[in-house]
Amino acid sequence: MENPYMPYPVRIDNIEIATEDKSLKTFKFVILNKEDEKKFSYEAGQFAELSIPGVGEIPIGIASSPVEKGFVKFTVFKAGVVTSHLHNMKEGDIMGIRGPLGNWYPWDKLENKNIVIIGGGFAFTTLRSSIIYMLDPANRSKFKNIDVVYGARSPGMLLYREELFEWEKRDDINMHITVDSTDDPNWKYHSGFVPQIVEQQAPKADEDTYAIICGPPIMIKFTQPSLTVLGYKQHQIIMSLENRMKCGIGMCGRCNIGKELVCKDGPVFTLEELNQTPKEY
Amino acid sequence: MKFITIDKKDWAKGIEKSRKTYQLFGPVKDKNGFFIKSLGKDMLPDMDYHDSVMSVKSVLFPQTENILTTTLDEAQEDHHIMKRAVTDYSPRAVLGIRPYDAKAIELVKLNFDTDDYKDPYWCDAYEATTFVGLGLNKPGPFDFSSSTGSGPFNEEGLDVLLADLDDKYLAKVLTDKGEAFIKACGFDLIADDKESQALFDILRKEAEKNIVSKISTDKLKEKTILEIHEAPFWDDIAFSCINCGTCTFVCPTCWCFDIQDETKRKASTRIRNWDTCMSPLFTKHATGHNPRDTKTQRVRQRFMHKLKYFFDKYDQGIMCVGCGRCVKSCPVNIDIREVCNMMNSYEKQE
Repeated sequence: MENPYMPYPVRIDNIEIATEDKSLKTFKFVILNKEDEKKFSYEAGQFAELSIPGVGEIPIGIASSPVEKGFVKFTVFKAGVVTSHLHNMKEGDIMGIRGPLGNWYPWDKLENKNIVIIGGGFAFTTLRSSIIYMLDPANRSKFKNIDVVYGARSPGMLLYREELFEWEKRDDINMHITVDSTDDPNWKYHSGFVPQIVEQQAPKADEDTYAIICGPPIMIKFTQPSLTVLGYKQHQIIMSLENRMKCGIGMCGRCNIGKELVCKDGPVFTLEELNQTPKEY
Repeated sequence: MKFITIDKKDWAKGIEKSRKTYQLFGPVKDKNGFFIKSLGKDMLPDMDYHDSVMSVKSVLFPQTENILTTTLDEAQEDHHIMKRAVTDYSPRAVLGIRPYDAKAIELVKLNFDTDDYKDPYWCDAYEATTFVGLGLNKPGPFDFSSSTGSGPFNEEGLDVLLADLDDKYLAKVLTDKGEAFIKACGFDLIADDKESQALFDILRKEAEKNIVSKISTDKLKEKTILEIHEAPFWDDIAFSCINCGTCTFVCPTCWCFDIQDETKRKASTRIRNWDTCMSPLFTKHATGHNPRDTKTQRVRQRFMHKLKYFFDKYDQGIMCVGCGRCVKSCPVNIDIREVCNMMNSYEKQE
């Protein structure tokens, strides 16, 4: 019997500061045992518990993509006890990861569809994983048009900037990068809040178009009306939730919204599903 | 099915004999009432008790339990690599538990033993344990077990069910585990099947006559989660609640837990502790945002989980066995029987 509480030992291989205010860092981990690496086989949209012995665990979305082999990557905002400790750790340190956990974006249902990815702030990690997955030569033909609306407060707060600007140059993905405001005269992308840019730039809905949204609650709240204006129905809007978690396997009881457990039945839900549960997230 | 007669004069001797194989637990009185405790040498279960303050859940799910350990000493080769904590899972028997507590274990099993994940700590303890129940001849005023799918002589979750017949016990052996325990005690006076079952039926009917309070659950299923969640009565129900969490700790079916790391010198232990949905910290995000910030939300969560979410999720009835402990222990007299009946009879006003 596998012990679902047992983390796989990992080594921190690389740490990168992800935003100009240094509140986010991207950690690249190498799984120490080869067998564990096989077991840690994941889909874009899943999360894992980062486990620091003596400190505790935190549930974080997986930012690397299933098509990237040999490492796993997480971008972590410094917020509480465990994340603050993690921000002070160094390359070479040993810790653990437990997972993969939760469900994922419904990739089989999304095949042959147009995909609109909408992200805000640092909720772009599993969206990065998803974009890399879809753009992989083995997968790109499975999807029709891909649009990405991604916004942050300022240019320096955008995650994965180099990749964003690379994607911007490609013709098989339509990037709509935006910042709330900037005084950079050379800024050649959009300015304005995500909901606005969605209304102006995102494709109108048809039966074959699905939107995936991740972002702070306020962005999600104001993006929904924009999508409704564009004709998206509740089942075409896919969201990923966050709630406080401990076990990550549906047992400890705190992350529920109604009878659904965000850690196990989620974190990915359609708006149609969420509208049938209490808004306890 | 097999019935065994045990003369009370032989009881203590048999129990002593079983210690060769089993670690024993049973009702013991202390200054706060009866508790199910580990029975040390020369301790016998007090089988004349009526009910215990705390349920039997801690035998499988201790209030605090080590789950993983490691060393933080970087001079050690395996530093920061976690291992399963060492726990004794040799056979144990819990004596004299009330049938509603055994039913509760079957409900809790749905959470810890699933197709996707098995909680190894709970499952190993469950495997190791033999449950010897004692029928409740005279249920008290807080007992409403017969309307929850349990009852004073309910057999679910038990390996042996004892009936107290003044000078002797009549034991109904329900499983192989139960058979092994009875054998280890050396009890071998076989009773007639038909007569014994008839006696159990009479005792059950007599006992059930003492149960005066009931809950109705027949209409819970037909309503949607949101309908009951948005009902207007939650503020009134929660008004007097002080969020002390007593109801969740005494409850035999409450299983929520927290995980914390503790370090002494370089030895680090990951520990699981009982937690309570009555605490605001239970759901508070690191950002400060709290999805169940008000006590009404938390009180509603407890009742909705027990009486609606669980019901809808597993289709195995409600997550309450009618032991009445929360009613008896609540310092402000919140009564799950009233709440359940309100939820059951609620009709949304169009």
